[in-house]
Amino acid sequence: MPPTENTPTTASASSSPAIEFTDVEKSFGPTTVLKNLNFTVAPGERVTLIGPSGSGKTTILRLVMTLEELTDGYIFVDGQPLTFENRGGKRVELPKKRTREMTTRIGMVFQQFNLFPNMTVLENIIEAPVHVLGKSKAEASKEAKELLERVGLADKADAHPTRLSGGQQQRVAIARALAMSPEILLLDEVTSALDPELVGDVLGVLRDIAETTDITMLLVTHEMQFARDVSHRVMMFDGGQVLEEGPPDQIFNNPQHERTRSFLSSVL
Amino acid sequence: MWNWEFAVEALPILLRGFVNTLIATVVGTVIAAILGLILAVAIRGLPRWINWLVRLLVAFVRNTPLVVQLLFVYYAFSDIPGLVDVPALVIGFIVIGIHYSTYMSESYRAGIDSVPPGQFEAATALSLPPVRTFTAIVLPQALRATIPSLGNYAVAMFKDTPFLFAISVVELVTAAKNFGGSTFAYTEAFTLAGIIFLAASYPTSLLIQRLDRRLATY
Ligand SMILES: Nc1ncnc2c1ncn2[C@@H]1O[C@H](COP(=O)(O)OP(=O)(O)OP(=O)(O)O)[C@@H](O)[C@H]1O
Ligand SMILES: [Mg+2]
Repeated sequence: MPPTENTPTTASASSSPAIEFTDVEKSFGPTTVLKNLNFTVAPGERVTLIGPSGSGKTTILRLVMTLEELTDGYIFVDGQPLTFENRGGKRVELPKKRTREMTTRIGMVFQQFNLFPNMTVLENIIEAPVHVLGKSKAEASKEAKELLERVGLADKADAHPTRLSGGQQQRVAIARALAMSPEILLLDEVTSALDPELVGDVLGVLRDIAETTDITMLLVTHEMQFARDVSHRVMMFDGGQVLEEGPPDQIFNNPQHERTRSFLSSVL
Repeated sequence: MWNWEFAVEALPILLRGFVNTLIATVVGTVIAAILGLILAVAIRGLPRWINWLVRLLVAFVRNTPLVVQLLFVYYAFSDIPGLVDVPALVIGFIVIGIHYSTYMSESYRAGIDSVPPGQFEAATALSLPPVRTFTAIVLPQALRATIPSLGNYAVAMFKDTPFLFAISVVELVTAAKNFGGSTFAYTEAFTLAGIIFLAASYPTSLLIQRLDRRLATY
């Protein structure tokens, strides 16, 4: 595996961050999970979130995908508000339709794949391009087949997801997310539910995407070698805060905090 | 004693009554299936007070006997001038349909609740609009869990159609009773009626069982 260069390919000084968290707070009932969280991700940047269980990694990804409601603060995508905006000092929720327009730029792959079992592989992939982007079925199908080729499943277009192995299902889920040509891809422990021998294929596909596209990626993974290879930056979370961050070599080889050291020794 | 002559004579008369039984069941099922879905879905998005009103009506329909509902609507309708010409059979399948819709809505709701949260999350991640999410993803998956139970309600409805005698619809059992009344061949008439019911509902039940097993996996 050739080492990936560790600078985002399309980051330019003038453009807005791909993702920006401003004073983000997230509570579940009485439990505050994230508080005063601020960070940005540059366009084309690939950032890995690491940290102990319960530190809020999944919550951050779900907030970006609008699967969780923001308790306070703002999230911006390409400089535009995602769910709430500040209108004359007042925090106002955006119309659902506007938020949905924003999320078309964002794709997510889940730990449990979440393919639609009532549709074939091809139907899963063309569903959103046809019904959200308004593409014709023919065009969407053609692109879907190219994507299936790319993830090594060209022969599975007409199969039902339940007939596929976990690794194959996850590659379909990746193809489904890519079919929307997202600017941002969120990956939450996408290999954690897989048998060990199936992990390699999925990581291979993700490496290919990392090397050949400039999609911004925010990922949570326990595959530290993979994180080291593909990410420009690693953020270590603890208790809903960024404990430390930096290039993978720095975080993995020379962590500054004792908690990072002990976390890494527990997963490596 | 069993009299074959009466039995042969009764059969076409009973079958004519059975046509009404079938019409009431089929149309009643269609009404119940559509209204049940509307009840299950619409209730989620409606203002609180309408929601509350619908729940009250559902509770009323479920907790009063079907016969009472049939009689109530039948006589209430005949009190409305200009509406006297609504055939009893039509009132019958509408009332039976509404009655069973309150049960079928519960099946739909259980089916919708059985769709895993991950399916809704994947739909959100793909930015699918709510209506498309419901029609293309939630409903098809919910129906797999719901259809066998709808089928069982349809069979139950079929067996409830004799209540239509209360509003003077000549369905199968009333036809048998009438035949018995004029010939005193009650045994032949009701035996045949029972056999016709059995011949229709038993294969249907088996079919539903098979469907249930087939729908259990994709
Ligand atoms: N729906 C929810 N209701 C209540 N609490 C929740 C909910 N979702 C997450 N939490 C809590 O929020 C905290 C952060 O959870 P989160 O899933 O983001 O952690 P994580 O860093 O992804 O952990 P892991 O490594 O185990 O996946 C945890 O304490 C968790 O219990
Ligand atoms: Mg998590």
